[in-house]
Amino acid sequence: MCEFNLNCYAHVILCFEKCYTNKVVIIIFLKIFKHCFSGTRFRPLSFEVPKPLFPVAGVPMLQHHIEACAKVPNMKEILLIGFYQPNEELNRFLLNAQQEFKISIRYLQEYAALGTGGGIYHFRDQIVSGSPEAFFVLNADVCSAFPLTEMLSFQKEHGEPNSFVILGTTANRKQSMNYGCIVENEESNEVLHYVEKPSTFVSDIINCGIYLFNPDIFQHIGAVFQKNQQDISVLFTEAIRLEQDIFTALAGQGKLYVYKTLSFWSQIKSAGSAIYASRLYLNQYHTTHPERLASNKEGGPKITGNVYIHPTANIDPTAVLGPNVSIGTGVTIGAGVRVRESIILHGANLQDHCCVLNSIVGWDSTIGKWARVEGTPSDPNPNDPYAKIDSETLFREGKLTPSITILGCNVTIPSEVIILNSIVLPHKDLNRGFKNQIIL
Amino acid sequence: MKALILVGGYGTRLRPLTLSVPKPLVEFCNKPILLHQVEALVKAGVDHVVLAVSYMSELLEREMRVQEQRLGIRISLSHEKEPLGTAGPLALARDLLNDDSEPFFVLNSDVICDFPFKDLLQFHRNHGKEGTIVVTRVEEPSKYGVVVYEADSGRIHRFVEKPQVFVSNKINAGMYIFNPSMLSRIQLRPTSIEKEIFPVMAGEGQLYAMELQAHSSTRRFWMDIGQPKDFLTGMCMYLQSVRQHAPERLRTGPGFLGNVLVDPTAQIGENCTIGPNVTIGAGVVVEDGVRIKRCTVLKGSRVRSHSWLESCIVGWSSSVGQWVRMENVTVLGEDVIVNDELYLNGANVLPHKSINESVPEPRIIM
Repeated sequence: MCEFNLNCYAHVILCFEKCYTNKVVIIIFLKIFKHCFSGTRFRPLSFEVPKPLFPVAGVPMLQHHIEACAKVPNMKEILLIGFYQPNEELNRFLLNAQQEFKISIRYLQEYAALGTGGGIYHFRDQIVSGSPEAFFVLNADVCSAFPLTEMLSFQKEHGEPNSFVILGTTANRKQSMNYGCIVENEESNEVLHYVEKPSTFVSDIINCGIYLFNPDIFQHIGAVFQKNQQDISVLFTEAIRLEQDIFTALAGQGKLYVYKTLSFWSQIKSAGSAIYASRLYLNQYHTTHPERLASNKEGGPKITGNVYIHPTANIDPTAVLGPNVSIGTGVTIGAGVRVRESIILHGANLQDHCCVLNSIVGWDSTIGKWARVEGTPSDPNPNDPYAKIDSETLFREGKLTPSITILGCNVTIPSEVIILNSIVLPHKDLNRGFKNQIIL
Repeated sequence: MKALILVGGYGTRLRPLTLSVPKPLVEFCNKPILLHQVEALVKAGVDHVVLAVSYMSELLEREMRVQEQRLGIRISLSHEKEPLGTAGPLALARDLLNDDSEPFFVLNSDVICDFPFKDLLQFHRNHGKEGTIVVTRVEEPSKYGVVVYEADSGRIHRFVEKPQVFVSNKINAGMYIFNPSMLSRIQLRPTSIEKEIFPVMAGEGQLYAMELQAHSSTRRFWMDIGQPKDFLTGMCMYLQSVRQHAPERLRTGPGFLGNVLVDPTAQIGENCTIGPNVTIGAGVVVEDGVRIKRCTVLKGSRVRSHSWLESCIVGWSSSVGQWVRMENVTVLGEDVIVNDELYLNGANVLPHKSINESVPEPRIIM
């Protein structure tokens, strides 16, 4: 069984958009070290599809980025830079996106995992060709409203003409330490201090992984690159991280600014956070893509809240769906089925009277009659406006923490059983219920 | 003669190993499981092996071509697109099995055994009826389905699933021989051979049992190695059998205890104590001062110095750090890195993981 991980676990996509010269560069980044913890956090879903292509609110994660970029005036080209081996799924996605948005999308493959800064530095010639004044960088695994035009306006009004802007948002004190923390000058919005994942509280303003740069950034990256070349203790000189290596150095130099947004934002690190991200995007569809939201129709299922249903899905009129449900292509949903806070992937078959709550049902899986497939949401505290989704660890004190239930591809759940807080690997045919387990 | 091996699907019980390699190709005592079976069949006169698979793997196909050449036999793949149970695959392969009147063997792919195919053929010809199944003696028969048969003739009376009181201590060992006429009993639909076909054949007096242990001077071993715990138990049995029949294959000398099988390309460091019951695969490097008991270390792995391993399976190309203690059926998938000085107790680690923390209680690391 192959997995989108082996040499090429995509974890970050940076999206560049060049203003006035219409280039967007999206970088699909490989984790610098293959065996890093987060390289496997999207299992078992990552066994089937590269994370950036996992469907969130009905469309591939990356597509939300591209749609946002397409809105910024004069955007015409997207460059994908990453370590992925080119594969069918990625190529198809790129082709479709090109046709839909009428933009050129090219994939530039890194020769090694170069990190967030190293990647753009390596391909800097391609990025600066056409002499753009500025360009955006977007991380792949974030869910955001992408206030790119606002960032552009902000950049013009604040600081030097060639200053850089980081998109920031507010987190609660405890959770802020899981992110890049930004200390700002409240009047000028200059970044005075930057530290990535501190162990003590520094600031509640966090880095959203969305940046606005101009070609000057390459001078700064180049300086770090030269320094690395000289420093024999640096093992891999070409790997440069924007956050740790560049931002920390630029803070307080009058070059780096933070634009704080109140719009929605979340990281998508693990499978569970995909459901939360779906909720955020589905909610956004009211303004951006109302046609993607299902509504109550004659002969159709009962819809509560925000629900996405692909046109090829076949749904019994007695089913009740929502809130926060995405139904993929060719899904069959039988009579009296209840689905809530879940993602149902392509080809799945939910038989009569089954109940699916807080779960991700994998491609081509089957859920038997009256079966209950249930997970525990790991959503941020709804009473705290700044709470973010937990960077969940699967285990705490040796026990599997209750989490979203995930069924891998082609899993069969028999009738009348309960699958609670469990993760089932692909191609499993279960013969009984399970609770709080990983089923290999 | 022909044989059908029921390979099946994804081998999920043997995960995480089968996440990297299809089950038939997982090396058991340094030889792919399938090869143990095929070579034994070839010795008994089989020249055409049919593999009944429900999951088609390119890797398996390629390997089969190689073995065809090497063994000088024909290997066919019968691919079931929908699940056919334990008897259906025979119906699917009907044309391949039916073209002469010779009986054919059927074998469950998880079975490792001192294969009795020659004796089975003889026994089957002697009674002249339609089918013979091999039965083996187990200590706790109530965990399985048992076979009740006439001691002298071997004629099977009935099957009893998980008996509450002692009825028999012989279970179906997953090896059969049938006359092609038996194929007409099976339709091409999901069918259980144990529940639907065998009882009918037994009722007609057409099904006989041959006891695995009966026809041999040395005790014949049998194991279903479909899951890691049993894989290791089976390994111990197999190595014991090697000790009896071909002791020159085992590694002896200072630092080696009991039955130890080491691939010629493996390197073992100084001051190690390896064994009993250890298999070391090709290209494995075991550094100095390592203690390994009752383990399988698969190809290309490295076990760094001063570590202690008992009852583990170390997956291909994995690296176990220094002063690591691993026990209690810890299984590392392909390319797992275990950092120094950790303790892994019953950890089941998926491929390409890096372990930075001890696992004091059994669990799955995904």
